[in-house]
Amino acid sequence: MSQLQTPHDEDQVRQVITKVREAGASLETRGGGTKAEVGRPAQHAATLSTLGLRGITLYEPSELVISARAGTPLSTIETELAKHNQQLAFEPVNFGRAAKAARLGEPEDEATIGGIVATNASGSRRVFAGAARDHVLGLRAVNGRGEIFKTGGRVMKNVTGYDLCKAMSGTWGTLSVLTEVTLKVLPQAEETATLLIANLPDEMANEVLCSAMTLPYEVSGAVHLQRPGASRLIAESDASDDLSGLDGSAITALRIENVSSSVAYRMEQLVQRFSAFGEVTTLDTRASLAFWRAMKEFRFATRASSASARSQSAEDRALWRISTAPSAGHRVVRMISEFMNVEATYDWSGGLIWLEVPETSDAGAADIRRVVATIGGHATLIRATPAVRAAVEVFQPLESGLMRLSRGLKSAYDPDAVLNPGRMYADV
Amino acid sequence: MSAIELIDADPIVVARRREIIEGLSALVDADALIADEDGRRAFDTDAFTAYRRMPLAVVLPSTTKQVSDVLAFCHERGIRLIPRGAGTSLCGGALPAEDAVVVGVSKMNQVLDVNYADRTARVQTGITNLGISGAVAHDRFFYAPDPSSQLACTLAGNLGMNSGGAHCLKYGVTSNNVLGMTIVLMSGEVIEIGGPELDSPGYDFLGMMIGSEGQFGIATEATVRILKMAEGARPMMLGFNSAEKAGACVAAIIGEGIVPVAIEYMDRPAIKVCEEYAKAGYPLDVEAMLIVEVEGAEREIEHLIARITEIVSAFEPQVVRASTSEAESAAIWKGRKAAFSAVGRIADYLCMDGTIPISTLPQVLQGISEICDRHGLQVANIFHAGDGNLHPLILYNANEDGGLEKAEACGAEILKLCVEVGGCLTGEHGVGIEKRDLMTVQFTPVDIDQQLRLRDVFDPTWLLNPGKVFPLETKAAA
Repeated sequence: MSQLQTPHDEDQVRQVITKVREAGASLETRGGGTKAEVGRPAQHAATLSTLGLRGITLYEPSELVISARAGTPLSTIETELAKHNQQLAFEPVNFGRAAKAARLGEPEDEATIGGIVATNASGSRRVFAGAARDHVLGLRAVNGRGEIFKTGGRVMKNVTGYDLCKAMSGTWGTLSVLTEVTLKVLPQAEETATLLIANLPDEMANEVLCSAMTLPYEVSGAVHLQRPGASRLIAESDASDDLSGLDGSAITALRIENVSSSVAYRMEQLVQRFSAFGEVTTLDTRASLAFWRAMKEFRFATRASSASARSQSAEDRALWRISTAPSAGHRVVRMISEFMNVEATYDWSGGLIWLEVPETSDAGAADIRRVVATIGGHATLIRATPAVRAAVEVFQPLESGLMRLSRGLKSAYDPDAVLNPGRMYADV
Repeated sequence: MSAIELIDADPIVVARRREIIEGLSALVDADALIADEDGRRAFDTDAFTAYRRMPLAVVLPSTTKQVSDVLAFCHERGIRLIPRGAGTSLCGGALPAEDAVVVGVSKMNQVLDVNYADRTARVQTGITNLGISGAVAHDRFFYAPDPSSQLACTLAGNLGMNSGGAHCLKYGVTSNNVLGMTIVLMSGEVIEIGGPELDSPGYDFLGMMIGSEGQFGIATEATVRILKMAEGARPMMLGFNSAEKAGACVAAIIGEGIVPVAIEYMDRPAIKVCEEYAKAGYPLDVEAMLIVEVEGAEREIEHLIARITEIVSAFEPQVVRASTSEAESAAIWKGRKAAFSAVGRIADYLCMDGTIPISTLPQVLQGISEICDRHGLQVANIFHAGDGNLHPLILYNANEDGGLEKAEACGAEILKLCVEVGGCLTGEHGVGIEKRDLMTVQFTPVDIDQQLRLRDVFDPTWLLNPGKVFPLETKAAA
């Protein structure tokens, strides 16, 4: 079997898995490969790419539902939805730029819809609209036994049998290879506006973010960028001109999306409420879309450099994703910063922290995990050299009961450890 | 006599009843163990009342530790166990068995913590659905999923069935509104999942537990999402002379980019029954009525109602009326939420719960009408139109010989039709015993194997809530 397998239908997926299983070997499974360098490094006999499984198979705008084969590029889906003024409300993020360097002269890899579901990759709107897993209505997949199965369906409400859509979402390809996904879609807002506050210290920013979420205005994005991240985002976003007055400042941003009359009213309310905290700027729809697209594309993060460049550069930083109680975000960052030099970007009203730290031998894992254990939450190492990723737990270690259940799931759906074994946990 | 086969009790377990009760009595307070016949009879069915079985005993623990002790005790002795919230299941999800111990969570009904900054409430799962909203209403917060039984049903039951409600078009169902849970597995092991953070590490155990119909474990505590109430809300009533026009109107509203907080559909028989009961001012001379609710500040509501009125005008509505007062809004919703009780006053009924692609509504309503005609039964249709969740209420006479069986056969045909047009057997009520034998209509044996494997991971003994969800002949997957 050659190293790269690109099946074109689910039966070919089944054949590849079965062959590898019979050979007693294992497979790396991937979509566009934007997150290929996330996880514990491992050696596999072959790689199964879903890029041969392409195309939108069903789209009913009036029923808010779309189905596509797993290897369909996210951009294809977003373009098609946009034609009908619709969108994936969970605002899938594209890790590519932050997690993996493009090879010289090649374009950046492109995320696929299967990869988005398999990693539950949800963006800023998650705080209002839910995560990728909340929008999965149905799946088709092939498990590690080579069994083709479906779960869920194409309708909005469905409790027929157990929720295997959730069981398979966010599993990083370790339980099954998704071949087709069906997602709930929602209308794009008629208008978008953004309230920006400059130079708030983290603690006060965190308070603003949480307080905004307790208002009845349906704030659909609540982020705070410390100075370095804000500067990078301004430099790289299509709203650079609109944001130029904020260059060199930390930025706290709140998003309102709705019909135009509502946006105007709600922005008035937000401005009134938060202008006491600091200098306030507002962005119109065009500038807002550019700002939040830059968030979605990780423009606030330093760019990943290639593995060879990385070993020579002292500038490279590891990137962590930390999830905690929204109101506790600033405390997590403050406590970690007692141990190392950090740059933080807060999303989800403080509940999600993208933290860049010096790339030491463990990328700060021991201290970060200790702080997270004290305050509550979990931490995943998104970017680091393979040596670091081999040395530390990349995904948050689980309590013993959950670890035992995780092993149980692995042996239920992939008993011979064919699919991405070891990527999340050593024996899963 | 009824059509659905129930599991046989294990005579050996039944014979050990006295010893089992003695053992349980050491684990919980005296008033938390119900062993006498009158006491147990209160637990012999749920809201699917055609089926009854006297449980071996009923335990109402007060703590997670007691739940754990009871489950470990039963696990060790191979005793089946029926988790129970308030017993409002419409599909027999909480139906006991003669050899099974019912574990009810109703005594664990406290709010443990409310955190507005994180928009979370930590509660014990015996709290009622409305009890959660009630605890935060003075600060204008609420818990979004709103099943019709919300006054009585517990969060525990909502977690078991992944309950929805009329407003989930905008706010999602239970699984979209829960962040953490304390779970007791059948072995007695206590597992903590999630917390106030927006996601949990590793696999999505929260997502797997919710909707597992009490077969994976018993949730004793949960962290739920609470939301700030909108500044205001207002329903409008739209009347049409055909199902086609009402259905097309729903599609047009959504197609225009407006997702109302709720879109409820009622057909002529449903309108009539509900109006007689609730005096809501429903139009009686239309074939189909929509209740469309919008939310926001006053000027936002006015704007949305004007937009919807404009869209609706293309579908020749016979009635377009927005509520003009709080009292009128309450009456409009009272009629809809009381639909089941209203129908219950005039006949026995079976409430179906299929979901269909919205575009197939006229075709499906026609099909339902033909199926019911063929069985000589009347039907009233209530429909969460925005998300395609259909509730045909099949009217029958329980005192008539074979009446229930006829209604069940009719319901099964309707659900098969829902699957045929691309929908599913149940949108929010769950499978329970009611739709157990129809699972093979929607799923292949391989699909079902994947579900059974999940059950094996959480409860390899299959002692939890036996005889539900899957056909009785189903065996543990390899």
